[in-house]
Amino acid sequence: MMNTRQLNFVWVVLMLATLATYAIGEVGEQLGIVGPLAMAALLVISFVKGRLVALDFMGLRGVKFFWRGLLIGWLLLVSALIAIAYWIALR
Amino acid sequence: MKNTTNTALPGPAVAPPGDLAIWFFILAELLAFGVFFAAYAFGRANNVELFNEMQQTLDRQAGAFNTVLLITGSWCVARAVEAVERSRSATGARWLAAGILCGGGFLVVKGFEYAAKFGAGINLSTNTFYMFYLSLTFFHFMHVILGMVILVALWWKTRQGAYGPGNMNGIESGAAYWHMVDLVWIVLFPLVYVMR
Repeated sequence: MMNTRQLNFVWVVLMLATLATYAIGEVGEQLGIVGPLAMAALLVISFVKGRLVALDFMGLRGVKFFWRGLLIGWLLLVSALIAIAYWIALR
Repeated sequence: MKNTTNTALPGPAVAPPGDLAIWFFILAELLAFGVFFAAYAFGRANNVELFNEMQQTLDRQAGAFNTVLLITGSWCVARAVEAVERSRSATGARWLAAGILCGGGFLVVKGFEYAAKFGAGINLSTNTFYMFYLSLTFFHFMHVILGMVILVALWWKTRQGAYGPGNMNGIESGAAYWHMVDLVWIVLFPLVYVMR
């Protein structure tokens, strides 16, 4: 189920995603990625990263949906709460 | 990381890798961090200007580097589990040692960050942002330390050949905890260091 190539591939994707998060912080303004767009991009990136960690590093990919659902559900819930709080702050 | 008791069955494994108890512990930890993240986000909603201004005083480069260290540490431990499952204990032990080094690197970088903040006279009562920043990151810091203690124990036992195919429970459980520490930081870094 777990194989070297898949684990290495996930590591590369996670590194690139981390670079993207850092870039939004450093040059987001120059690229026009600010405000709600930046918030949404950051949450999507962290969701993608968290999902890969849960499925491939934690080894939940081949496990019953219940367990994957708990971890991915946690990611979605936390992301939703952060988005709601961000939206409240805009008003 | 195959569930050893269900290898003969087609379809998804019933239980996650490792001991079921560690997964309940992980879920409890995720719940605690989830509450903490929500508290930060809603705390920010009431003090947007303060949070945006104070976030600029954080060392984003150090935060990003620490993300790289934790993810790489997580990858090392996943490679260790994979090696041990293929009966390669010596290789597995080396990957675990690499994971421990990554965790140690995280603690050193975070230590420098804390030293810089404390040196500037910042503490828990400086303002709401720093109250959250210090307590949230320190709560996570303690989890990195516990994760490293677990990794050292796994490294020690793996070197002695204590794990292998058919006996993966201990190493899979410890690894799952370490990945949880990484997972939490993956949300923490953009939320506290970048989002504004």
